[in-house]
Amino acid sequence: MLGLNPADWQAIEVTLKLCLYTTIFLLLIATPLAWWLSGKTSSLRVAIQAIVALPLVLPPTVLGFYLLMAMGPRGLLGSSLESIGLTHLAFSFEGILVASVLYSLPFAVQPLLESFNNLGRRPVEVASALGAGPVDRFFTVILPLCKGGYVIAATLTFAHTLGEFGVILMLGGSIPGETKVLSVLIYDYAQSMNYDAAHRLSLILLVFSFLVLFTVYGFSRRFQVVRV
Amino acid sequence: MSLRIRAQLQRGAFNLLIDTALPTDGVTALFGRSGCGKTTLLRIIAGLERVRDAHVEFGDLCWQQDSHFVPTSARRIGLVFQEHSLLPHLSVKENLLYGYNRTPAELRRLHLEEVMQMLAIDSLQQQRIDQLSGGERQRISLGRALLTSPQLLLLDEPLSALDTQTKREIMPFLSRLALQAQVPIILITHSPDEVQRLANHVAFMAAGQITTVETLEQALARPDTPLFQDEGAAAILAGQLGPANEHGLRAFGSDQSRLWLQSPGNVTELPECGQSIRVRILARDVSVALDDPQRISMQNHLFVTIEHMHTIADQRVVLSLRLADGQLLLSEITNWSARRLELSPGQQVYALIKSVALIS
Repeated sequence: MLGLNPADWQAIEVTLKLCLYTTIFLLLIATPLAWWLSGKTSSLRVAIQAIVALPLVLPPTVLGFYLLMAMGPRGLLGSSLESIGLTHLAFSFEGILVASVLYSLPFAVQPLLESFNNLGRRPVEVASALGAGPVDRFFTVILPLCKGGYVIAATLTFAHTLGEFGVILMLGGSIPGETKVLSVLIYDYAQSMNYDAAHRLSLILLVFSFLVLFTVYGFSRRFQVVRV
Repeated sequence: MSLRIRAQLQRGAFNLLIDTALPTDGVTALFGRSGCGKTTLLRIIAGLERVRDAHVEFGDLCWQQDSHFVPTSARRIGLVFQEHSLLPHLSVKENLLYGYNRTPAELRRLHLEEVMQMLAIDSLQQQRIDQLSGGERQRISLGRALLTSPQLLLLDEPLSALDTQTKREIMPFLSRLALQAQVPIILITHSPDEVQRLANHVAFMAAGQITTVETLEQALARPDTPLFQDEGAAAILAGQLGPANEHGLRAFGSDQSRLWLQSPGNVTELPECGQSIRVRILARDVSVALDDPQRISMQNHLFVTIEHMHTIADQRVVLSLRLADGQLLLSEITNWSARRLELSPGQQVYALIKSVALIS
């Protein structure tokens, strides 16, 4: 189908798995982080916000390089993982997952932060005075009132992870079925002058990315209309 | 029972320093100018603001002390804000029931039907939140708070965002609420009018501190009370409304100090016979005479005793006049008139009342 070979399919599978996991983990992490950031400003908050936004300006190679240092067998994280009987994270799917989560952090945090800022604290205070605990408040007030922000955060994270290249190349190498994602495979094809294969995958990625963004922006506009 | 609060908070140039006990029978007004810290104090009481080393105790329930902190959701308080506090993604009915459904069944004292009736919101149930007027929203916020069967109701300037007409509409609901719902109410306000209409006690607040806590009667007996800053000195008389006489006038108060009230245009809004009401009499609408004038258009003459004479600005004097039933009436006259009539404390005179406003 589509003239794709097993290696292509394998890369597609790794890519989609990476995007999905990254999105799930990031929404879990970004929700409390963005909520905290949307509180009263303090210099600590400003510093954390700057750190969260770093991946927007840093070359992916810089992030990839430091992650490789940290997660490799001699890095702080890698060696402590090995000392408790696990393997280090360099050149593994788990490794590029951690990298993706960090690399796409601003794309999840920013939309949520904006959404929470628009929401303000009032609805949540109202709900607590009416007897709702923190989890109750999240599911009955924050989530329904910020679903537009969540849709955008999830989409941007997913799409941004889809387009990731530099960090993965630095940290994950190019191991088929483990760290070889579409963008890396396309690079390999282009390097070996296999332009037809590179073109097929590039076009798929292009069309798919466009469709995801198109659908979701259409949705999120509808959300905003509903939001009063 | 009382609400004990001890808190200190420094925020820039603002310094909040509170160590007080607020009465919790009926309505206690927390009165002060904008920016004096009223809302911050209310947020500390509600548990929305966690101030270090603060101490909050409601009756024998300790809400905050040292590391012990009961979160807002467990304090069982009803909270009504100035504006915009309905949850926009829920319908009117879902808003009303949001807290009710989270109140354990055995603690529920008020139910949907009676609250909707009390606040006249039955007809709004199916409306969308954004189609409601400001007054309707506030009534629903009140109803929603009541439906949690709170042990304390905190109202943060609930009327200040409303126009005068809407305010007048919602005021009767508030005074009825204070009587019927049997919940102690802390009402934050900067309006002397609201205090005079609704409060039983007043806590005066200025620059982050509570200066005085006293009953409304005590507050109104001081001619220099901040409650007179808007309309000048005024007396609030409480009493029961009697039936109408053949001229359509209603009797008010006890036999020894009977007043006759003109029915307002809208007869349906007039309270029933025997109901306790409050009337406000501005001091400048009260004159004094040494004997009872017969040939005069004013209907309300009361025999009173001058208790104090207090000189205020512009060569004027405020007289505190004790009525036969013990209540206090104020009269504002010129210094010159006081000297001409040779008025002095202890003297008995006639108070001539030009107009009386029924306020709740």
